[in-house]
Amino acid sequence: MFFSRQRPGFERALRILLAAATCVSILITVSIIASVLFEALRFFKLVPLTDFLFGLKWSPQTALTADQGGSSGAFGAIPVFLGTFMITAIAMLVAIPAGLMSAIYISEYSGPRARGIIKPGLEILAGIPSVVYGYFAATAFAPFLQHLGAGIGLTVASESAFAAGAIMGIMIIPFVTSLSDDVMNAVPNSLRAGSLALGATRSETVKKVVIPAALPGIMGAALLAVSRGIGETMIVVMAAGLAANLTLNPFSSVTAVTAQIVTLLTGDQEFNSSKTLAAFALGFTLFLMTLALNVAALAIVKKYREQYE
Amino acid sequence: MNKHPLIIDKNTAAGALLKKREAKELRFRIYGILAITLAFGFLGLLLSSVAAKGYTAFLETRIKLPITISAEATSADDYFRPVQESLKKHFPEIKERAEILSMYALVSHDAEIQLKKMAEADPSIIGKPMEIWFKASSEADMYYKGRTSARLNDNQIKWLMALKKQGRVQKFFSTGFFTHGDSRMAERSGILSSLTGSIFTIICCMLAAFPLGLMTAVYLEEFARKNWFSEILEVNINNLAAVPSIMFGLLGLAVYINFFGLPRSSALVGGLTLALLILPIIVITTRNSLRAVPQSIRDAAVALGASKMQATLHHTIPLAMPGIMTGTILGVSRAMGETAPLLMIGMVAFIADVPRNIFSPATALPVQIFLWSNSPEAGFAERASAAIMVLLIFLVMINSLAIFLRKKFEVKWA
Repeated sequence: MFFSRQRPGFERALRILLAAATCVSILITVSIIASVLFEALRFFKLVPLTDFLFGLKWSPQTALTADQGGSSGAFGAIPVFLGTFMITAIAMLVAIPAGLMSAIYISEYSGPRARGIIKPGLEILAGIPSVVYGYFAATAFAPFLQHLGAGIGLTVASESAFAAGAIMGIMIIPFVTSLSDDVMNAVPNSLRAGSLALGATRSETVKKVVIPAALPGIMGAALLAVSRGIGETMIVVMAAGLAANLTLNPFSSVTAVTAQIVTLLTGDQEFNSSKTLAAFALGFTLFLMTLALNVAALAIVKKYREQYE
Repeated sequence: MNKHPLIIDKNTAAGALLKKREAKELRFRIYGILAITLAFGFLGLLLSSVAAKGYTAFLETRIKLPITISAEATSADDYFRPVQESLKKHFPEIKERAEILSMYALVSHDAEIQLKKMAEADPSIIGKPMEIWFKASSEADMYYKGRTSARLNDNQIKWLMALKKQGRVQKFFSTGFFTHGDSRMAERSGILSSLTGSIFTIICCMLAAFPLGLMTAVYLEEFARKNWFSEILEVNINNLAAVPSIMFGLLGLAVYINFFGLPRSSALVGGLTLALLILPIIVITTRNSLRAVPQSIRDAAVALGASKMQATLHHTIPLAMPGIMTGTILGVSRAMGETAPLLMIGMVAFIADVPRNIFSPATALPVQIFLWSNSPEAGFAERASAAIMVLLIFLVMINSLAIFLRKKFEVKWA
């Protein structure tokens, strides 16, 4: 094999094959958009877009029969989106401070030995499947929270936004940590040395020099974390509930976009019913939201990386 | 212990300020430690909670009863009758019908299947008295394992304890958990069908994702010219890596099942769906390891007369292989734990039989965990925890393999 001749024809064919394989990834994106958009458009023929975007009532189960149709106003997605945003907000309140502080500790304080223990530990946390987090949230954390709430006279639903959000936040910690660790490592050491030489303490250096310098990257990491939270499925399906309540109380049961998609599409139903099409409409909005966040985040991170290279 | 070369009197204004700044420094450091402790504490809590709930699923309670399979039972095809007769004989004082029924509920209906199999394998045992260990029902099993949530009434507890005194109740290692598929009976359900489904799914997934990912990465890294098109490809792949996994499920449903008409719930569709999900992971890690191969290797090959393609196939790819394998294995471990996309394509049905091939209806281990943890029965919750343990052990093995390969074959370029 090592003494083989060049075979231009074969090589050209192989090269075209490689290029074709590369185009598959584009094809995947296009077909995600096309298939989901196509079904979503069919849904919006049944239910007006304004009803979907601004309706305050979500109860797709009642609109099952044909004569009820979608125009009964049961496909108002506001409660569903509100639930997603609330759960994600709770998750971010846990994940961003904890993830950022861990990253600061790893990159600015810990020695190589501590780093060698902490990083793999966080990787283990990142490698646990989300269904396991969901199981923990639903069977251990939510009952514990309910018990705790009863103790101080607070009504906590057995499935609550807080239970799902807090556990999701912990799941996202390693994600935030590794992204922000990367961006903080990219900050040139000369900046740190300059600050320390002027007599600043380590924490002052971190707060006044490293973080401002790494801020775009950290923002990018935060946006990616939000996108991750919005798209997370198993934890919300198992721990947040399915009742589309229009509420801001984190201890009541809320639902989320992903949880609704799962409920609408599992079970045996007609593919063309407004119920399944509604799942695609939700999926399409979910895709648009996460795509916007990802594009923005990746652009920020990329621009920032070039700045110090 | 003085960190500052200038000795500052703590009583002056500057000293007080320094003290305050040092306190701040300490606090900041403690926040960092707290954040890491939160993550690690949670990890410990999660693992210990799963282990504490799940380890009992590897044991099962069995009850030994004297049995005679009567000819009437075989002719009526009612193999639970011998168990009922035996229990009735054992507790002759119980007369009331409801009580008798609750006594029967101590023994699992698995006994029926067990006896039928025995009688069919060896008809000569019909009519002979025997002593046989039967599986206890899920509720009796839960009680015997010390679960407070077990729903046994006082009489049932009394009878179970009476049997225990005679040495007729004992815990055994549960092989059934590994050799049975899912079942409506918690005590009879196991992970074999879902584990097989997972393995089929992963095989399909890798057969699709690995060649595609490798080719994409090689093209982008070695052949593509830097222009707007390669830029788009690059952005697109990075974005695909961040698309929520549930979207791939929607795609699988709309394209594979509705458009191409592939069999719903099958491992094939599951594998192809997960392949889309891990494709970006494989592409990104493969590109990184290709990039790590020094340019001098390629130059040397080309200088000796190899074509660009030969240099890539004979030198760059083999040298990057350890990194590529590691990335692929990490992709496998990601696919192994993924649940949401599989729910979309119908791999969530009740599957009792072990799937025969990639076209038959299947479910996967994480989906099985989801299904069991949704069940209100304590027996299933225990099984969900045990299945999580099995899944995590698999993931640890896969990741250890990745680390091992990386350590063993990694090429360090000076």
